[in-house]
Amino acid sequence: MTEAMVDIRGLAKSFNGHVVLDHIDLQVEKGTTTAVVGASGCGKTTLLRLIAGFETPDEGTITIDGRQIASAERAVAPHRRSVGYVAQDGALFPHLTVGQNIAYGIRGEGRDKVRNRVSELLETVSLDPSFADRRPHQLSGGQQQRVALARALARQPVLMLLDEPFSALDTGLRASTRKVVAGLLADAGITSLLVTHDQEEALSIADQVAVMREGRFTQVGAPQSVYRQPGDRFTAEFLGDSITLPCVVASGVAECAIGRVSVRADDGPGTLLLRPEQLVAKVVSDSGELDGVGKVLAVEFLGHDVLLTIDPAGDVEPIIVRQNSLEPPSIDAKVRIEVVGNGVVFT
Amino acid sequence: MTAAPPVPAPIAEASRSEATARPGPLVSVTVAILVAATCIPLGYVVWGTVSVGWTRAYELVVRPRVGELLFNTVALVFITVPLCVLIGVTLAWLTERTDLPGRGLWRPLFVAPLAVPAFVNSYAWVGVVPSIHGLWAGVLITTLSYFPFMYLPVAATLRRLDPAVEESARALGSDSAGVFFRVVFPQLRLAILGGSLLVGLHLLSEFGAFAMIRFDTFTVAIFQQFQVTFDGAAGSMLAGVLVVLCLVLLIVEAAARGKVRYARIGSGAPRAATPNLLGYNTIPAVLLAIAIVVLSLGVPIWTLLRWLWIGGAEVWDFAELGNSLAQTIGLAGTAAIITVVLAFPVAWVAVRSSGLLARAVEGANYVTSSLPGIVTALALVTVAIHFVRPLYQSVPLIVFAYVLLFMPRALVNVRAGLAQVPPSLEEASRSLGASPASTFLRVTLRLTAPAAAAGAALVFVAVATELTATLLLAPTGTRTLSMMFWSWSSELDYAAAAPYAMVLVLLAIPVTVLLFRQSMKVAAL
Repeated sequence: MTEAMVDIRGLAKSFNGHVVLDHIDLQVEKGTTTAVVGASGCGKTTLLRLIAGFETPDEGTITIDGRQIASAERAVAPHRRSVGYVAQDGALFPHLTVGQNIAYGIRGEGRDKVRNRVSELLETVSLDPSFADRRPHQLSGGQQQRVALARALARQPVLMLLDEPFSALDTGLRASTRKVVAGLLADAGITSLLVTHDQEEALSIADQVAVMREGRFTQVGAPQSVYRQPGDRFTAEFLGDSITLPCVVASGVAECAIGRVSVRADDGPGTLLLRPEQLVAKVVSDSGELDGVGKVLAVEFLGHDVLLTIDPAGDVEPIIVRQNSLEPPSIDAKVRIEVVGNGVVFT
Repeated sequence: MTAAPPVPAPIAEASRSEATARPGPLVSVTVAILVAATCIPLGYVVWGTVSVGWTRAYELVVRPRVGELLFNTVALVFITVPLCVLIGVTLAWLTERTDLPGRGLWRPLFVAPLAVPAFVNSYAWVGVVPSIHGLWAGVLITTLSYFPFMYLPVAATLRRLDPAVEESARALGSDSAGVFFRVVFPQLRLAILGGSLLVGLHLLSEFGAFAMIRFDTFTVAIFQQFQVTFDGAAGSMLAGVLVVLCLVLLIVEAAARGKVRYARIGSGAPRAATPNLLGYNTIPAVLLAIAIVVLSLGVPIWTLLRWLWIGGAEVWDFAELGNSLAQTIGLAGTAAIITVVLAFPVAWVAVRSSGLLARAVEGANYVTSSLPGIVTALALVTVAIHFVRPLYQSVPLIVFAYVLLFMPRALVNVRAGLAQVPPSLEEASRSLGASPASTFLRVTLRLTAPAAAAGAALVFVAVATELTATLLLAPTGTRTLSMMFWSWSSELDYAAAAPYAMVLVLLAIPVTVLLFRQSMKVAAL
């Protein structure tokens, strides 16, 4: 498991003088899924297109399964790379049936064999074999996406690239399709690289998450670690809602407006970062001024959850706390904010 | 000349992947040669002016004859174009926005005149009113032949307009007329400008229709000059003035268009507009529609049938007609196939790449498509007799002329077809192991085929009904349908000319149907 299936070194690409990828490195281990996540225009799709071979790099190299397939001097043509590619909208050929779409990349086999293979692949992506005779426009978005995946799987690629594969689907369908695809790729042990702008998708589907900003990776690591221990403020804020408070760290404890939070950081002033789910507001009795007690400014009922705007004592901005909506504090109530787990400090 | 497609082509959406594609050497060289070839007509005019010298050129241009031609041509354009706007917009509004009875029937009838070449229409009117001649005859005939160029884009635009905007105007207190002039008409501006340019350019390049009624425009005069002096300085100076007129039209249209782009119509199927109720105006509206159809279709059909009746069995020389039909199909078919094949690399460059070559292609096409056939033909005659004598009056040269003249028609279609093939499909094919050539054959070509076929059909009919370049460049012994029609009607044997006109109209019908369907489909987008 130590050998990298994909090894990208110093990859750089500019369009018309505008730097899109700025010397990035990335390794993807065999049989794992890596998600590249970033805002639109950060260069993540370009990275995918470089690996697929639709663009050539200005600098750097791409090695897949020990074979260098692209450098500034030499690039293997896309159809000789054995890399599967699933585009955002599926890119099914409208003039072919579903079966013909899937069979497109299968070469040199008898008709019956191809037909069996198509049925097999349809079953792999949880579609009935009768779909083979349908036309792409007769399928829903999620079904089209699965056919596109089956089509790419037909060639048994060593690497599967997925470009925002679920973004065109509506919310409910997105979650279910994501589950199917993730399970399928994991079962088949296919190394895959997925690009998305949806941090939840990246965190839920991948073994490794790479956060990209302006053509560079700000952090690469396991989903838990990039979320819990973000390396910088951008990564932290991109991966989820966060609360930042000025603090002073002394021997592993950060002192801030809502109290003391254990952190792993050097002593000195800094900015404490917490995730909203780490905070719980508890009503305290109205007796006297206590340290770390704030006042509820607003309560917004969202059904399952409730959003509390709390003005902590001291000279800081109000804090938003999201918690379950059972018996929420009322406006003007005095609350103490409790912190679950550790915080992260940036200096 | 018949119908250039006045259907607004879907505009390719530029995306990053499209802009970065680089054409290969074969494509680049083909496109560069074609762009260079499109410069021949303009080059001829410039070279002609320089070689006669400024003094002589001045003498040739500033003389009463040129003044007379200038008056005729300019007056023709200034009267006919507004008339076409008036008729085209009125009819489009009636069929698209009112409860005019039988709208589904009127729509194809208002497009049908495109199937009748203008020179056949002219011949028909001469048959009905033998004394017809001069400016007003020219205005009458060309208005009836060309108003569909205005009707098609305006009707297509009207169908695409979101009725919600008009309803809002109603809610804000405008009456029917107010809504039309303050809300609808401004949105039709681009369609009207495009249609006007098309009508104007056709007026400048029309030869047969005007020669038949003895109305002298520049094109007619250049042709006559050519018959007298062959490769004379006087002819090329007249051509120079004509080219300047064309360029003026292009500039005026571009200036009037300004920086406005085709507004993107919101996605989602727009609701059908609630028709305006005509009420007491129904009868006048129906009478107007009937009058237009009688004048533009009834007259040519009636005259043709009358001449065929008068001529009886005698005029049907099937051997001659069959030979002529075969020659027409051979020539037009060859030109159509070559034009469409050559349109592919050009369209590819225009759609998929950006840069100098793509812009050169756009510009070259814009200008050549607007130069009259007579100028292109004269230019090729001159080039051939000076540089490649053996090509003069040969099939390759005339096919080359057709390619230059009608490339834009093929291009509009092939380009629209290509623009509808998302690059992601080609990329999907590549990632599935298909080579670039195999991808082109299995995906790109397959998806572009219907558009290419439509382009080929348009070029085919354009060549079949072309008269000017054909008369100038056809090899000795060529007898196409339009040439036979022209030679019989020039000898005033109208009955003998009728079968040829009939076959020409029949050939043009399927393409007219195609144009009509395309314009309806644009509406459904």
